[in-house]
Amino acid sequence: MNEKIIMAGFGGQGVMLIGQLLTYAGMYENKEVSWLPSYGPEMRGGTANCHVCISDKPISSPIISKATSAIIMNNLSLTKFEPMLIEGGDLFVNASLVDIEAERSDINIYKLDANSIAESAGSSRSMNMAMLGAYFGKHPCVSLKTVERVLTQTMTGSRAHFVPINMQALSLGIEMVQSGQALAR
Amino acid sequence: MAKVLMKGNEAIGEAAIRAGCRYFFGYPITPQTELPEYMSVRLPQVGGVFLQAESEIGAINMVYGASGSGARAMTASSSPGIALKQEGISYICAARLPCVIVNIVRGGPGLGGIQPAQSDYFQATRGGGNGDYRLLVFAPASLQETIEIVEGSFELSEKYRVPVLIVGDGMIGQMMEPIDFGEAPMQESPEKSWATTGTGGSREPNIINSLYLDPAMLEQVNISLDHTYKEIEANEQRAEEIGIQDADVVVVAYGMTARIAKKAIEESQAEGYKVGLIRPITLWPYPFASFEKINPNAKGILCVEMSMGQMIDDVKIAANGRWKTSFYGRAGGMVPEPDEIKNEIIKIIKGES
Repeated sequence: MNEKIIMAGFGGQGVMLIGQLLTYAGMYENKEVSWLPSYGPEMRGGTANCHVCISDKPISSPIISKATSAIIMNNLSLTKFEPMLIEGGDLFVNASLVDIEAERSDINIYKLDANSIAESAGSSRSMNMAMLGAYFGKHPCVSLKTVERVLTQTMTGSRAHFVPINMQALSLGIEMVQSGQALAR
Repeated sequence: MAKVLMKGNEAIGEAAIRAGCRYFFGYPITPQTELPEYMSVRLPQVGGVFLQAESEIGAINMVYGASGSGARAMTASSSPGIALKQEGISYICAARLPCVIVNIVRGGPGLGGIQPAQSDYFQATRGGGNGDYRLLVFAPASLQETIEIVEGSFELSEKYRVPVLIVGDGMIGQMMEPIDFGEAPMQESPEKSWATTGTGGSREPNIINSLYLDPAMLEQVNISLDHTYKEIEANEQRAEEIGIQDADVVVVAYGMTARIAKKAIEESQAEGYKVGLIRPITLWPYPFASFEKINPNAKGILCVEMSMGQMIDDVKIAANGRWKTSFYGRAGGMVPEPDEIKNEIIKIIKGES
């Protein structure tokens, strides 16, 4: 296993969070992991992104130049990161917000109406989890049990009720990809 | 203790606190700002002091003062900020005070950029400040190694009364990796007979000073410092060595670049090439001893850096004409790819470089 995933969207869409969630889950399953955020003078309304590596072998560089997967939450991120996917890589697109088309024909594109999925899971704020679910639908690199463990640790007290909602959004995302409903090309 | 996932800058802060650091003086600059931010929260919780100085120059002089009174003190910045601290660092060296300084390096010169770089090698090892002085300089390549170095650095700095400089690039500062903190290191400083802690009317005052107008006296200070530096050179060289005894090509790289080089080496080995690695963990003292173990018949040494070529000078000194040396570098915040390094390795093996 050598997963190199770029997750990108607007600040506030929770891309850093799902990146960390995946990284924690990988660590709990004794895999080599790294998480690297974009940093610096981002514009208001600009893109936030993180690079997540999960591997059986030590990670040489936490910076990803060729991604195996990309989770894309807005138009800007699609333009910026589509070229960075490897041939045969997987692009997961939040179709609720992204209204431009991916251009490459040598990658797999999965489009999800993440907003509707999140709402049916119980909260529109779980859009990021629906997208992470889509990724898991193709790349089950960690177990859902571990993901739930991380969520339970992170969301405590007044936020504890978000755990089942997030898990539901995750499951729906997985289902969309595994049932073939999300495959655009 | 279980592994935790932490950002490099925060892990450095936690490691320093575990090592007994109770005074941090800093000033924000990307990509190290999470370190002072972390200290501003954690130090008051353990009875320590965090102070955001008016500038980097203020911060290093606060370290000078705190260390002079015997405290375990630290400051951190990134390249241009470390440039501003050089005067204070030179004074601290002259006054024979211990302290720990962290440089999360970004591209330069000038204000440069904010992405990872290794272009402060000269500044770190040749002294950006004036006078005959050295710093103990460490360059970790993972967050686990970073915290172990930070935890040991206060004691080491006090042992020699020489500042420790820890050099990481933006990746070390910004990324999250699993860390196992393990056993808590020593928290108590040894007795510091030189510290200005008040005489209590029972001893002569201690004086912390870097001014010696009498040349004969200053020469004695220089000789004494040199004596310490020779001791450090003999005792503290650290490097990771992989397969250098029978290598055809030895790659020399430090910090994150060494991890990328390792990947290139593995891929070259898979194609049947004999490639070794020297990864200096101390940049000063430079691990010259490691080079003595290199296959005398090796075709060449390849130095890889995220700069236009600075450590290559030390590689040439170490090689001393025995092997051909070549250089590959990316700069300005660009990070080399394993493939690029592999191409350079193969060029040397095929005699094209």
